[in-house]
Amino acid sequence: MSIGWYLAVSAIVFCTGAFGVMTRRNPLVVLLCLELMLNGANLALIAFSRMWGNGDGQILAIIVMTVAACEVCIGLGMIVAIHRRRLPIDVDELRELQG
Amino acid sequence: MSSIMFFIAAIGVIAGAIGVVTLSNPFYSVLALVGHLLSLAVLFLLLRAEFVAAAQVVVYAGAVMVLYVFVVAYVGGEEQSLDGQITRRARSRGADGRKLSGTLFAGTLLVELLIALLGSGLKAVEGDGAPYAPGPKAFGTPAYIGNLLLTRFLLVFEAASLLLLIAAVGGVVLARRRGGLGEEDDRDRLTPLDILRPRGTGTMVEGVDGLPLAHARGAADSDDDPPYGGASHAGAASPPVGGPPIAGGPLEGTPGARTASGQAGGGGW
Repeated sequence: MSIGWYLAVSAIVFCTGAFGVMTRRNPLVVLLCLELMLNGANLALIAFSRMWGNGDGQILAIIVMTVAACEVCIGLGMIVAIHRRRLPIDVDELRELQG
Repeated sequence: MSSIMFFIAAIGVIAGAIGVVTLSNPFYSVLALVGHLLSLAVLFLLLRAEFVAAAQVVVYAGAVMVLYVFVVAYVGGEEQSLDGQITRRARSRGADGRKLSGTLFAGTLLVELLIALLGSGLKAVEGDGAPYAPGPKAFGTPAYIGNLLLTRFLLVFEAASLLLLIAAVGGVVLARRRGGLGEEDDRDRLTPLDILRPRGTGTMVEGVDGLPLAHARGAADSDDDPPYGGASHAGAASPPVGGPPIAGGPLEGTPGARTASGQAGGGGW
């Protein structure tokens, strides 16, 4: 398969994730959709890495996975802290920083 | 063969992504994401990224998803009851507008990305990629990735380890049980400091709750249950219940005898 097909799949996955981030209200699902967006970017990185026969893209993909794991760690910690405070688990209800 | 595998895996990837976005139960969303990640690992294998595919399956679909399932099981208990009132409130506040704007944004982004990626007319995008020769140190194998990570990208590797450390500490700090704001159940926890600390040393806990005062009065008012400091107080007074019997025993002892037995028990303990 040509590289363009992989890039098309990565674009579709990225846009699906962006749609989920904008429409879902549960912060857990928002985090999952962020993972989708990162995975779309990862697929594009690895496709370009294959295109050039160069390993730099794969290293960047591994670093992106590391950052995603850190983001999951912090995000889930925040969700647990929100749950402890008996606040609603809903990104529309948590609007104290909105001003 | 590889094109058949590509289409199967691509359909799995896209179906998993749509499932994550559309399923209403977050638990099923996590399961859809697991399917998505496994299909994505197949795509990575087709792109000759063996090590990244293995890391994807082990780290992502394994560890991170277990963490997700754990948090969903912990938090999602009141999801159903909370969901009803929230959806009612959100309907009145225009969930349709948000859905419309999200669809518009995502659709525009998709068209734009496809134009940018596929309409660019680059020759390399149409090709199958660089020539590939299989071998023990070929492109994408663990030896290749490890060689890159430990030579050319060593600084990035160390920065990633530092980032992981910071994230681990941050996760512990964020999800820790903390006092205040209606958290009453950490008052009677016995911390190691309560045992090691000599009494009456003027710590903030004693200053607030009046523990040294009760201690100086010979525990005359130890029956009316001081509000706090009960932890360290009980920690010193409870051993004689099962400890060596002093004359009178703790049940019928006067407050003075009780203090003495408490001190003796504490010393013997």
